[in-house]
Amino acid sequence: MSARSHNVLSRRRSVNFQTATTRLVAVGSKRVTNENKRNLWISHVHRIRDDADKAAFADLYAHFAPRVKGFLINSGADGYLAEECAQEVMATLWHKAHLFDPSRASVATWIFTIARNRKIDILRKQRRPEPEDLTWGPEEEPDQTDVLALQQETETLSKALTALPAAQRELIEQAYFGDMSHSEIAKKTGLPLGTIKSRLRLGLERLRQTMK
Amino acid sequence: MNKMMSIDIKHHLTDEILMGYSAGTLPEAFNLMVATHVSLCDTCRAQLAACDAVGGILLDEHDVPNTQMQPDSFAATIAMIEQGVPITKAPAVKKPSVLPSPLRDYIGSDLNEIKWRPIGMGVKQAILPTSKQASARLLMIPAGAAMPDHGHNGLEMTMVLQGAFQDDDGYFARGDVDIADSDLEHTPMADIHEDCICLAVSDAPLRFKGILPRIMQSFIRI
Ligand SMILES: [Zn+2]
Repeated sequence: MSARSHNVLSRRRSVNFQTATTRLVAVGSKRVTNENKRNLWISHVHRIRDDADKAAFADLYAHFAPRVKGFLINSGADGYLAEECAQEVMATLWHKAHLFDPSRASVATWIFTIARNRKIDILRKQRRPEPEDLTWGPEEEPDQTDVLALQQETETLSKALTALPAAQRELIEQAYFGDMSHSEIAKKTGLPLGTIKSRLRLGLERLRQTMK
Repeated sequence: MNKMMSIDIKHHLTDEILMGYSAGTLPEAFNLMVATHVSLCDTCRAQLAACDAVGGILLDEHDVPNTQMQPDSFAATIAMIEQGVPITKAPAVKKPSVLPSPLRDYIGSDLNEIKWRPIGMGVKQAILPTSKQASARLLMIPAGAAMPDHGHNGLEMTMVLQGAFQDDDGYFARGDVDIADSDLEHTPMADIHEDCICLAVSDAPLRFKGILPRIMQSFIRI
């Protein structure tokens, strides 16, 4: 583990809410594309990691915390539990900022998986079997080309989701956010999962090479 | 080279199952199957990451109904953070094993310490502790032997961990998953070269043909 991850808490900074608010307005406006927004989220996570930057955290919080809470309520949590868990998910983001790898997942995807795991812990009261990890060294900075490529594939997938007929998009939303059966959804929608999958597969193969 | 790498898997999990794992809606036993297979299979690992990406996009961009955080929420979270980093256990040192780490976590040990129970015709099983909506067990089929002939009420997935078996759907070696829907009668036959060890998960009890297996079924929880 890198030295910086041990220091995040010792280097506190005063929260600059003014900056956070200004940035939020910019994010909310139509001028900001999804791509720019994803870039901004990544730099926010890096600033949390490197500088314990609370303004960056506030920005991510304003966008994601209510969404995580909504996700948990849809999955069957009451408002109180969902509030508490959404806070825990965001605190986990802060603590694990040094583990985030933008060549493997977008910030939103990363937060989604943290929230999903929390949901299984607290709502379903089940153990959560996780695949064996492919230990990326947290010190290693991911290749910038991989980061960009993943962002492009995410953008493609995002556009495809938006372009789906409403009924199909609702099916997918229900599968993820309604705690409903996922039955047949992958088949019915024909999402272009293949593109992002080949990108991720490429990354895995490269990783296997370096591990040999 | 690490035993976990570069195996040639031909029978994969379905997108439906991977999406269910990603959404967090599968029964625990099925999650165990997915985690075990993905530990060995880069194809499904990438597909799972793609499903997670869908979840991320939905969380990021799509409408979540009327939720607001409490007014003191952010301050409370900062206070939580300043209490310090939660202690997370360091990942255990990986040693090559027939059992990928998600399975070893469930057994609490490795292959040589499993308490097998005979279920007839030389076949042995060990039931793994999971939630009740579905069951998970390890099966050991002696080299060249057949599993008791059975059909299914629900969905059963069987993944090979050691050895191989052959059934109507084809030849299954380490990492391959045989997915059997209801009504399919099948008789897996273990390859002659090695005892076959499988992880089998099912969301319904198996029904065996023949009276003896059916009686046994009532008290061995197969
Ligand atoms: Zn696979």
